[in-house]
This record gives sequence, structure tokens and C-alpha cells, in this order.
Amino acid sequence: MTAVVVGGILQVAAVAAGAPLLVGTLRHLKARLVGRRGPAPWQPYRDLAKLFGKTPVVSTTTSWIFRATPYVLFATMLAGALATPVLSSRPPLGFAGIVLLMYLFLAGTFFLTLAGLDAGSAFGGMGSSREAAVAALAEPTVILAVLALSLRANTTNLGGVVERLSGDPLLAANPAHLLAFSAFFIVMLAETGRLPVDNPATHLELTMIHEAMVLEYSGRHLALVEWASGMKLLLFLTLLANLFFPWGVPAVLAPLPLLLGVIVLLAKLAVLTVAIAVLETSIAKLRLFRVPELLAGSFALALLSVTAVFLLR
Amino acid sequence: MSVAGYVLAACLGGVGAVAGLAGMLGHAWSAHVGWLVPLGGLELQMDRLAGCFVAIVGITSIPVSIYAGGYAGRDRRGVAAYLVFVASMLLVPLAANTMTFAIAWELMSLASYLLVVQHRGAAAAHAGWVYAVMTHAGLGCLLAGMLLLGAWTGSARFVDWTAAAPALDAASRSLAWGLLAAGFLAKAGAIPLHVWLPLAHPAAPSHVSALMSGVMIKLGLYGLVRASFGWLGTGPAWWGTALLLLGVVAAVGGVLYALADRDLKRLLAYSSIENVGIILIGLGAAVAFRATGADALALLALTAALCHADNHAAFKSLLFMAAGSVLHATGTRDLESLGGLVKRMPWTAAGFFVGSAAIAGLPPLNGFVSEWLTFQALLQNVQLRIPGLNLVFTLAVAALALTGGLAIACFVKAYGIGFLALPRSEAAAAAHEAPLSMRVAMMLGAGACVALGLGATAVVDALGAVAAAVVPAATPIVSGDWLTLHVSGGFASMSTAQLAVVLAGALLVPLAVLTLAGARPAARRYETWGCGRLLQTPRMEYTATAFANPFTRVFDFVYRPVKQLDIEAHPESRFFVRRIAYANPTRFIVDEWVYRPVDRALRAVTQRAAAIQSGSPNLYLAYLLAVLLLLLVLA
Repeated sequence: MTAVVVGGILQVAAVAAGAPLLVGTLRHLKARLVGRRGPAPWQPYRDLAKLFGKTPVVSTTTSWIFRATPYVLFATMLAGALATPVLSSRPPLGFAGIVLLMYLFLAGTFFLTLAGLDAGSAFGGMGSSREAAVAALAEPTVILAVLALSLRANTTNLGGVVERLSGDPLLAANPAHLLAFSAFFIVMLAETGRLPVDNPATHLELTMIHEAMVLEYSGRHLALVEWASGMKLLLFLTLLANLFFPWGVPAVLAPLPLLLGVIVLLAKLAVLTVAIAVLETSIAKLRLFRVPELLAGSFALALLSVTAVFLLR
Repeated sequence: MSVAGYVLAACLGGVGAVAGLAGMLGHAWSAHVGWLVPLGGLELQMDRLAGCFVAIVGITSIPVSIYAGGYAGRDRRGVAAYLVFVASMLLVPLAANTMTFAIAWELMSLASYLLVVQHRGAAAAHAGWVYAVMTHAGLGCLLAGMLLLGAWTGSARFVDWTAAAPALDAASRSLAWGLLAAGFLAKAGAIPLHVWLPLAHPAAPSHVSALMSGVMIKLGLYGLVRASFGWLGTGPAWWGTALLLLGVVAAVGGVLYALADRDLKRLLAYSSIENVGIILIGLGAAVAFRATGADALALLALTAALCHADNHAAFKSLLFMAAGSVLHATGTRDLESLGGLVKRMPWTAAGFFVGSAAIAGLPPLNGFVSEWLTFQALLQNVQLRIPGLNLVFTLAVAALALTGGLAIACFVKAYGIGFLALPRSEAAAAAHEAPLSMRVAMMLGAGACVALGLGATAVVDALGAVAAAVVPAATPIVSGDWLTLHVSGGFASMSTAQLAVVLAGALLVPLAVLTLAGARPAARRYETWGCGRLLQTPRMEYTATAFANPFTRVFDFVYRPVKQLDIEAHPESRFFVRRIAYANPTRFIVDEWVYRPVDRALRAVTQRAAAIQSGSPNLYLAYLLAVLLLLLVLA
């Protein structure tokens, strides 16, 4: 029991503390790639500290939803951090499968899209509507891509998938694995609001999705929202790293395997971060109504992956 | 007087709830009154499955009847029909022979028809007409199927069918199943037999909509369970495939039309079609698993379907009650003229919020539990080695995931546009909170949604026992330490209670930390940022139509939107525009592809037939004579 609690606290702390660094590193890398010096990777910590110190402004139009949303969103991400195999393959909410994890993220989206409508400005409504559309269309791909893994591991428990696949490398050496990875990678970009689906660096009316929705937030509310979206990015990248490359994830929480696991995880995340930075500097944002085509493409990949599992056994 | 009627209905519901729960836990009984009804007498039989549905009817009608007392107030119309409606719905699951069933079923249909047309007006009359036609077409199919079965087995009693059906040949069993399924699916509202549902639900008074949507359509599903597992024995796999595909169509189609609709009650009606689709996916999976011999999985899938049926009764009746309060307070169901109600009607808004969160499947509420169970049942199709069936299951998984995502968007729209921000009309600005009885009823409904979610292990255990009475197999669901559900050994597990504790902690700890760290609690209140313009008006808010726009564009092959732009210019110059009207209505594929051709063919035939109708009595007498002669010759 104590070990579970300690492990849980450790994992939540790691995700919460690591998220701003991930976001900062990504921004730093992108700046370097386009020839700017860019802010230091730890700039997001300073931004968060600054925001926590400011008085938030709350619109007179809003209701309790608007004030509660940052906390609820943050809570869903913390619970998500407990349900994802990050530091070990047996996280405290170890029973969780991808269905629970996705519904936790969707719970955050539910509140955030409501908060976007709550202020009564056209910006918020537009952002909410688009965010809801992208989240809804991405949902089948996420479930199917992970299903392709679950089918071979014969469990929906995420930690179980990690252990089963790392124990039997032949399960991963499979065309279905590659297809599922591509599908999940594309849908990760959509779920976390990265290019080519959404541009996290812009505040241009025509293209905004996530930023338009949270436009009304300020002060500590904004800090929580930004922090939560950083955590979502970290959790999705970790899922990508640990589910599709499941090696080096410790099953037990002993100091030495844990240290080793953290190093391996950091290496995997570094590779993925560089990949995203390169991708984001080399492609343009898609027109909003081309996004469904991209998502349909990723869905086709996921469906092919599941089909391959059925046909190749 | 009318209030007394609703109190009586609530008591009836209470009796039904107790009897149903007792039956569900294994207290079986039967009753036979031979003289009361012709052709076999009145025959009732309580078993676990019947008990489950009697309990759903009974428990749901308690808060709804309390609500009706406040909603319908001193309006005396419809009280008797409402009482008959509740009583007949309690009888339907108990019926044990054809005649009893047909009478209870028809009483239920007639009472609900009277309630639908209770508010006079063209819309209600049209809704009532479509409902009457569809429900009687369904009854026709049911009676045909039942009479065929009766003729083949030589008995009108359901028990005898269960005993004799396995001996029938495959083709006649499939014919009987097809007829029964068509009749039951018409009541359940599966696409393409759903056309009455989006008309009848908005037309009926809200407490009636709550019962029709929360409970009555479930009785169609009850019949389907009986027909597919009991009366006809184990069927071929294609029954399951057909139900799965129908479920996929109903789930995705229902939620898409709900998303595009701006009438609050019609939106809820379409969402009922979606949820019937989810239940059908579970049922279809159960039938397919049973046909292929995977009985444990069939049991799991059936449990998931039953679980979603009772969860849907809880949150859909709650949502209809809240929508009724809104209608009561503002006089409109149009989302584009609502808004701002969260401040004016806090109780109603809270009820609608809990209902929305539950129906959207947010953990740890009840909608999540049953959707999760359905997912786990579907995912285990890997145990079957029939590639075609595996693909159908995969499609169902994807459809279920898409439905979940779209349902969230749909209820964000319903709550966000309907209840948040500024009121969009005078009526919404002047809205008042509902009276006490309605508030109490809504809080009961909201409490049920939370309790069914947090008490998932107990609920799923009880429903697993019901399913085990239908599909005899060792249950794959084990509630370990009574907090955690384990499905099929190590395949999957879930604990809503643990999840609730974790979420509460994750919510409170950051709050406490921020408070201790001295975050100033005061936030500055100021108007919404508006790019420098002054004053915020409701005209600047996003509308329901605009919110749904990305979806209507992405799924335009389903909606087939029509753009109607009407510009009226000044007669002197076309550059002086007087008026612009823009409408973007969606069309319904089912109407255009199924019902319109049928309607056209029917009209063509009747027009031909009209040629012999000259109106002359002499001619009619001649017809009579001709027919009489013909019959005499034939005899």
C-alpha cells in the first residue's frame, strides 16, 4: 500500500515537473531549427511562476464552470498521470486501459469546451467547436491503434501491454505494429494540438483551435490550463514511447531499475521531441477542413493494423 | 385531483420497483387468471430478466411521476392515460403468453399515443399520426411472428416456445426472428424504423417524453432479448451480425443528427436513438458470441447491454425532466433562444449538467461504466477465429469510440449553448427556477446517475446474474474486493470508486496547495474580451448551428445540407439590400431513401385503385354481386 502511494506520488511529480521542461525544450529546438536563439528550455517554469503570481480576470458573463475548469482539467491530467505506465509498468491506477485514459482526457475536453462557451465570445465558441470536432474524430483512431496492441498482448491493461510486448519481442516485430505506431503518432499530433492540426504558437483568428478556446483565461487559471496541456503532451509522448517501444520500463519500484527506466524514457522522449520539432518546422498547418482527411487517413492506418493482426495470426 | 393521480403513479412505480428488484434477485412467481382474457387467459410470469425490466420501469417512474405532479400541475388531461401507460409498461415484461403480451403492448402504445397528441396542434397531430402508423406496423410484425410461432409449436405460451423452438428448421426460425425483431426494433427506435421518435418525443409533455425515452423504448430491447435468447433458442451468427450493424448505424446516425439539431427535446430524442444503438451493439455481440459458442463472452456482452439500458433510463429521464423545466420556464425548446440559464435556474442546470456528463460517458459516472463494459466485450472478439466477424466487431469498436467522441460534442453543445453565457431571448432572460417537486425529481435522477456509477460493482454483479439466467455460462465478471471489476481474468479491470477518490484528491490537492501558497482568492471581474468593441450582447455569442458546423461539413454525406440564401433587394437598385434570409437545413437520408419511395409507391397504387371508386351506389352494389357470385362459384 505504501509502495503504491509513494510510486503514485513519484509518478505524478515526475509528470507534473517534467511537462514544462518538455514544452520548453520543444520550443527551444524549434527556434534553433529556424535559426533563432530562442528562450531557454526552462522558460515555461518562469512563465508558470509569473502567471501564478498574477490576479486572474474573470468575465462577468461566466458561471462556476469557467472557474472550476482549470482545476478539473488539471485533476484529469493528474489522474491520467496515475493511469499511464510512465516510470513503471504498474502505475497506481494499474487497472486502466486506453478506454479509461481516453475518457479522462475527454472529460478535460468536455470542461474546457464548456468553459470556452461560457464567456459568450465568438472566439471561445469557435475554439470549442473546433476542439470538440478534432477530439471526436481522433477518438476511434486512438482506441483502434491501441486495440491492435491489446489484441496481441491479450489484455487492455496498458501496463500489461508493455510487459507482454517487451517480454516477447516477436510480437512487436510485425507490420501491424508499424501501422499502429503511424496512426497513433498522427492522432497524437491532433490530440495535443500540434502542427499540422493546430499551431500552438499563433493567435491568429482563422487558424486557432486550442488558443481560441482558452483566450479568456488569465493568471493562475491560465497557468493551470497551460500546465495541463503540457502534461497531456508529455503523457501522449510517453504512451507513444512506452507502448510501441516497450523496452526498459521497470515493473518494480526499486531505486536502480527506476533510475535506469528514467534514463531510457528520457532517451525515447528526446528522440520523439526532436522528431516533432523537425516535423513542425518543415510542414505548414493544414486548412481546418483538411484536418478530417488527415484523421481519416490515420484511422485507415489503425484499421489496417487491426485487420493485419486478425489476418496474420 | 390530477396530483393525486401522479402520486398514485409514483406508488405504482414503487410497487413495481420492489417487485422488480425482488424478481431480479431471484424471487420468481407466476399467475394465471383464465377467465379474464380470451385465448389462453391472463398469464404472468416473473423471472430475473422480467424483474430487471420491471425494476427499470418502476424505479424510473417514481421521480418522473413526482416531477409530473409539478409539471402538469392542475392540468387534468392525460392523468388517466399516464396511469395506464405506467401500469401497462409494468405488465409487458411479465406477460407469459401471446394474448397477455399483445394486450399489454397495445395498451402501452395507445396510452402513449394519447399522451403524444394531448397538446393540440398540427405538430402534435402529425407526430401522433406517424407514431400510430409506426407502432402499429411494428405490432403487425410482432403478431405475425407470434402467430407463426404459435402455429408451429401449437401453443401460445412463451414457455412452450422455448421448449419447442430448437426443433424447428433454421429458415422458419429465422423468419419468425426477423418478424419479431422488426416489431421490437420499431419500438426501440432503431434506424430506419426510428422516424416516429424525433417527432413524438418533442410533442409529448416532458414527463411522458422522459418515460417514453427512458423506459418504453427499452421494452423493445427486452423483447429482442427474449426473442433472440429465449423463445427461439440459439440462433445463427448472422442474427448477431445484423444487430451489430443496426446498432452501429443507430449509434453513429443518432448522435450525428442529435449534434446537428437545435431543438433541445429533439436533440435528446436523437440521442436516445444513439443509446439504443449502443445497447444493440452489446446485444448483437452477445447473440454473435452465443452463436459461435463463446458463452462467457455472450454473458459479458449481454450484461453490458443490460447495464447500458438501465443507465440510459437514469440519465435520459433526468435530461428530459431538465429540458421540461427549461420549456416550462421559457416556453421554448430552441437552443438558439436559450442561454444564461445556469444563473437563473441553478437546480435545473445542475441536473442537466450531471445528465450530460453521464450520457457523455465521463468517468466515474454511470454512462462510463456501461460503455467501458461494452468495449471490453467487443474487444475480446479476438477469441473468435472468423475473420469476417472479427472485422464487424472491429468496426463496432471504432463506431463506439466515434459515438463517444461525438456524444461529448453533442452535450457540450446542448449544455454550453442552452445554459451558459448570456440569454439569447427575453424569455430566457426572464426564466425562473422550477417548483420544488420538479427539483426534487431531478436531484433524484442525478443521484441515481452518480450512485449507479460509483456502485458499479454491485450493479454489474446483479445484472450479471440476470444475464446468466438468459445465457447459462460461468460469469467472466468478478468483482474482486467489491470495489474493482475484473473482466475475463486478466483481460481488463476497472474501479470507479478508486477513480473517484483519485479524482477528488487530484482536484483538492492543487486547490489546497494554491490556497496555502497564498494565491489571492479574489479574481477581478470584468467583461469578456471583445477585440476593443464596447458592450457584450447575445448576438456576439456562438450559436448552436455554428457549433455544429464543423460536423455538418465533415459529415455532409450524411446530413446533405441545403443552402438556402434569399436576398431581397430594393426595387430601384439591387445594391440596396432590404433583407437577407439564410437557412442551412439538413436532410434525412432515411426519409429520402426509404420512406419517400414507399410513400410514392403507395400513392401510385391507391391512385390506380381510385379508378374503381366512382361514387355511384349502383356500381358498388354491382361489385358486391360480382364478389358474391365469384365466392359462390369458388365454393
